[in-house]
Amino acid sequence: MRYEAPQTLEAAVGLLAEAGDNGRVLAGGTDLLVQLRAETIEPEIVVDVKRITELRTVSPEDGGFRIGAAVTGAELGEHDGLRAAWPGVVEAAELIGSTQIQGRASLGGNLCNASPAADTVPALIAADAVASIIGPNGRRDLAVADVVSGPGQTALARGELVASIRLPSQSARSADAYLRFIPRTEMDIAVVGAGVNLTLDGDGRCTAARVALGAVAERALLVPAAGDAIVGSTLDEAALSQLAEAASAACRPIDDKRGTKIYRTKVAGVLARRAAEIAQTRAGERA
Amino acid sequence: MAPMDGGGHDLKWVGKRPVRPDGVDKVTGRARFGADYNMAGQLVGRVLRSPHAHAVIKSIDTSAAEKVPGVKAVITRDDIPDQPPEPVTVGEMSVNFSDLIRNVLAREKVLYDGHAVAAVAATSAKAAREALKLIKVDYQPLPHVLDVEEAMRPDAPVLHDNLFTEGADPPADKPSNIAKRIEFTLGDVAVGFEQAEVVLERSYKTEPVHQGYIEPHACVASVTEDGQGELWCSTQGHFVVRAICARMIGMDISALRVTASEIGGGFGGKTVVYLEPLALALSKKAGHPVKMVMTRSEVFRATGPTSGATIRVKIGATKDGRITAGEAEMAYLAGAFPGSPVNPGCMCAFAPYDLENVWVVGYDVVSNRPKVAAYRAPGAPISEYAVESLIDEVADEIGMDPIDFRLKNAAKQGTHAAYGPKFGPIGMIDTLKAIKESEHYNTPLGPNQGRGVGSGFWFNIGGETCVSLNISEDGTATLMAGTPDIGGSRATLSQMAAEELGIDYDKVRPIIGDTSSLGYTFLTGGSRVTFSSGMATVQAAQEVIKELCARAAKIWDIPAEAVTWEDGEARPAGDNAGKFDPLSLEELAASAGKTGGPITGYASINAQGAGPGFGTHLVDVEVDKETGRVTVLRYTVAQDAGKAIHPSYVEGQYQGGAVQGIGWALNEEYIYGDDGLMQNPGFLDYRMPVASDVPMVDTVIVEVPNPNHPYGVRGVGETPIVPPLGAIANAVSHAVGVRMHELPMSPPKVLEAVGGAANGAGD
Repeated sequence: MRYEAPQTLEAAVGLLAEAGDNGRVLAGGTDLLVQLRAETIEPEIVVDVKRITELRTVSPEDGGFRIGAAVTGAELGEHDGLRAAWPGVVEAAELIGSTQIQGRASLGGNLCNASPAADTVPALIAADAVASIIGPNGRRDLAVADVVSGPGQTALARGELVASIRLPSQSARSADAYLRFIPRTEMDIAVVGAGVNLTLDGDGRCTAARVALGAVAERALLVPAAGDAIVGSTLDEAALSQLAEAASAACRPIDDKRGTKIYRTKVAGVLARRAAEIAQTRAGERA
Repeated sequence: MAPMDGGGHDLKWVGKRPVRPDGVDKVTGRARFGADYNMAGQLVGRVLRSPHAHAVIKSIDTSAAEKVPGVKAVITRDDIPDQPPEPVTVGEMSVNFSDLIRNVLAREKVLYDGHAVAAVAATSAKAAREALKLIKVDYQPLPHVLDVEEAMRPDAPVLHDNLFTEGADPPADKPSNIAKRIEFTLGDVAVGFEQAEVVLERSYKTEPVHQGYIEPHACVASVTEDGQGELWCSTQGHFVVRAICARMIGMDISALRVTASEIGGGFGGKTVVYLEPLALALSKKAGHPVKMVMTRSEVFRATGPTSGATIRVKIGATKDGRITAGEAEMAYLAGAFPGSPVNPGCMCAFAPYDLENVWVVGYDVVSNRPKVAAYRAPGAPISEYAVESLIDEVADEIGMDPIDFRLKNAAKQGTHAAYGPKFGPIGMIDTLKAIKESEHYNTPLGPNQGRGVGSGFWFNIGGETCVSLNISEDGTATLMAGTPDIGGSRATLSQMAAEELGIDYDKVRPIIGDTSSLGYTFLTGGSRVTFSSGMATVQAAQEVIKELCARAAKIWDIPAEAVTWEDGEARPAGDNAGKFDPLSLEELAASAGKTGGPITGYASINAQGAGPGFGTHLVDVEVDKETGRVTVLRYTVAQDAGKAIHPSYVEGQYQGGAVQGIGWALNEEYIYGDDGLMQNPGFLDYRMPVASDVPMVDTVIVEVPNPNHPYGVRGVGETPIVPPLGAIANAVSHAVGVRMHELPMSPPKVLEAVGGAANGAGD
C-alpha cells in the first residue's frame, strides 16, 4: 500500500484518478483506519489530504462559511463564529465518537464515509449545506443531501473528492439543532439522528423549516413534510405532533444490531420534535 | 503476633492507602502486559476460525498454506492428541480434557462462530494471514441453536452425540443439550407455601455477557529441542495454565515454566486457556518462539462469556413480611461444552436470606455459542437478579419497605444456608442497615425517577497458596506471591508483610513469581488472593520473625524464647529485658552471614475458612419514557469486607462490580443473525458502559471480621457484581410503574414495556 500526502488539490485528484477503485482518501482516518485494520478494504494508495490548505481551513463566505473537508470536529467546536451561527452542525460534529476521536474526525470524512448514521449529515442537510467537489473534470457544487446515495455509496465520480462544504448565511431569527439517540452517552453510533433548521418571524411564527433524519433509511433524509408541519405555526402542540408524525412516517429503517424498525421509527419522531423545540428556543434568543 | 482484626492494636500499614508498587509502571506505560513480551526470532501465530455456528468438519487441507514463504508451522486437530471424556483433577479444578481440547481446536465439528479450526506460525503477519486464507476446510453446515429454551427442546439440534443428562430421573436414554440437572432442598416448600399469605411467581431471562477485560488474550511460547518450554501470558493463574498446557502438549509439568504478565483485566475470563496450547504446539513444531495476540473480535467470538439463563422464581410470604418458602428453577447456557455456573447459581439464589423452606433446580444447557468462562461470582448475579426482583415485588405487594422486608428475612450468624453450611459471623444485616441509614436512601426522587435495592451473596474461597519472603542484606524484603495481581494485591500483601515485620511499606518489594519459583499456587479467583496469599504472607513473615529472634538470641547468647519482635526490632524479654540494646531488622540482616546465613520465610498452605461476602446496593435511575433510555443517577454500595487492608482497592472492587452490573442490566448483549454468527464482536456495538454512562459510585465498607484470617479479611472482588442487576431492575420498575422481567433493559425493551408513550405526543 502506498501513502501519499500531496500539497495541492490537483495532485490529490491526479493520484486518485490514477488509482481508480484502488484509491482512498485519508482525512482524519477514524473510519478508514478501522476499515483497513478489519481488512474490509485493501486499497493500493491512500491519499492523505491534510496538507492541502483549502481542506484544512474555515473561512467566512457571503455571510456563511466554507469549511475545509478535513477540518476536525474539535476545530469546528473551537470556532466561535461557526458555533454561534450553526450550533446544530457543530453539536453534531461534537457528538462523533469521543473527545479523542473528535480531534481527528472530519466533516468531509463523515460525509464521504456515507454511513446512513453519520451524525453531521442530517445537520448539514437541515442547514442546506453544499459540498464543493473537485475532480479530473474540475469543480462542481452538489447539495449535501445529494452526496450520499446509499450505505457506503456516494455520487462522487472516479477521482473526485469533496474539498469543502459551504454553510449558507444564517438569517435573523433562525437557528438549527441536532439530536441523536444512542443507548450510551458517547462512543456509539446513532440509532436515530434528527437535525432541524428553522426561521421565526417577529411573532414567533415559523416561516421556514428543514428537518432531516439519520439512521432511518439507506441514507440521511430530508423530510419536507416534517418541516411543512410547523411552518406557519408557533410550534404549538398540534404542529409539533404533526412534525413528529411526519418524521416517523418518512422512516424506512432496517432492523439491525443498533435498533429495530419500530424503535427507530418511534424515536425519530421524538427526536425531531425535541430538536425543533431546541432550534425554536435558539432562534427566539436571537430575536 | 498478628492482631485478629486490628482491635486493640495500632495498625501502621493495614487499613491505610499507600501508593501501589506497580503504579509507576502502569501510569508510565512501562508495565508489560501479555502483548508486550517479545523474543528474538519469534514467529507470528494466527488462528483460523469457524465461519459457521455449527458444522461437521469433513476435511482440512493445509498443504497450500504450508507452501507460503515464511510459514513455519500449521497445526490442526491432528496435532493435539485426543484425551478421554472424563474429569481430570488439575490442582483444585476438575477439567474435562476431551472438551477442552475440542474447544481450543475443533475436531469433529465446529460448534460456534469463531471456534478455532487451525493455527499458523509464520515469519510475518502477512504470511500468516495469507496462509490462513489458503487452508481449505470442507464444512457440512448443520442447524444451530442459540437460545436456552430452544436448546432444551426434544427436537433441538444436538451438539454432542455423547452427552446424556447427568442427574436426570429417570436416566436419559438419548443424547440432548441438557448436560446436567441439579437440585437443592431445604425443609419443605409445599409446607412453606401453605403458610404463605402472599405467593408470587415470575419468570425471568438474562442474556450472556462478556467479562469485557480491556486486554485481549496474548502469549509468547517457546519450546526447545530438549522438550523444555517457557510461556509468557496474560492469565489469572499461571500454575493452572502450566498444568493444563503440559497435559495437552505432553510435557512434564516441571518442564514448562509459565510467567504471568501484568494483566489488563480478567474478571474470571482469564482462568482458562485459548491461545497458550496453540502457541506451544506451534513453537514445538516450528522450532521457534511463537507469539499470539487476539483481536477484539476474536475475544468476543471465541472467549468468555458468562451464561444467559431463564429463571422461574416463586416466593411465599406472610403479610407481616416473613418469607415462608422460596422456589427457583433455572436453566443456564453453558456455550458449546458443558460447564455453566448453574451450580453456584442455584446455591446462591436464596443465600442472603434465612429461610426454612427452599427448593432449587438447575439445568446446564449447551448451545452454539462460545463456551462460558468464569465471570465474577459465576452464576450468582443471574439467579440472585431473579430472586431480588421478586423479593422487591413481594415487598411492594405486602406494602413493606424493601429494606425492612429484607432485614426481617436476612441471613445472620447461625443461619443454615440452603446449599449446606451454617454461617459464621456475616455482615448481611449490617449492609442493609448501612443503606437504610444512608443519606442517599433518605433523599426524595424527582419525576420519572425510581429507586431500587438489591442484595447479594458470594462464597469466596481459599486454597493452595505459596509465598516467599526474603530479607535482603540491607534489611529490606522481597515478597513473592504466586497469585497474579489484578486488584492491587501486591500493595495489600506488602502492607501485611510490613505490618508483621514492623518495617516501612516501601521497604517491601513485591513480585509475582513464575511457576518455577514457587510451589503450586491456585489462580487469582474466588476473591481469594488477599485472604489466601495474605494468610501465607503473614505466615512467611512469622517464620522470618522467628528466625530474626533466633539470630538476636545467638548474638546475645540467650535462649531464643527470651527474644520478642516489636516495632521492627528484636528485644530481649523476660529476665533479660533491658539487658541488651535492641537489634533492628537492618542490623540483623547485615550480620546474617555470620549468624547462620540468609534470612528467609516461606509459606505453602491450603488456606481454609474464607468468609462469605454479603452486599446491598442502592440505585436511582431516571427513565425517558419517550425513548426508553435509562440513566443511572446515583449509586451506593454497602458490603462487608471483613477488614479492608487497602480501602481504596476495596472501594474500587465495589465500584467496578456496580459498573459491570450496570452494563449487564441495561445494554450488554450478544447479537446474532439468523445464520448464528455474532454481529457485534466489538466494543462499539457490544455496549458496555463508558465512563460518562455511570455516576460516581459511593461506597460503604462494612467490617465484620472473618475470624479465620489474621486480619479478618473476607474476599471482596465478586460480591459487588451480584446485587446490581436486581437493584437496577427494581429501580427501573419503580420509575416506569411496570415490572420488567428480562435483561438487558435496553431502550427498545423499556419503550415497549411503557407502551404507547412514544408516539411523539406529549412531553
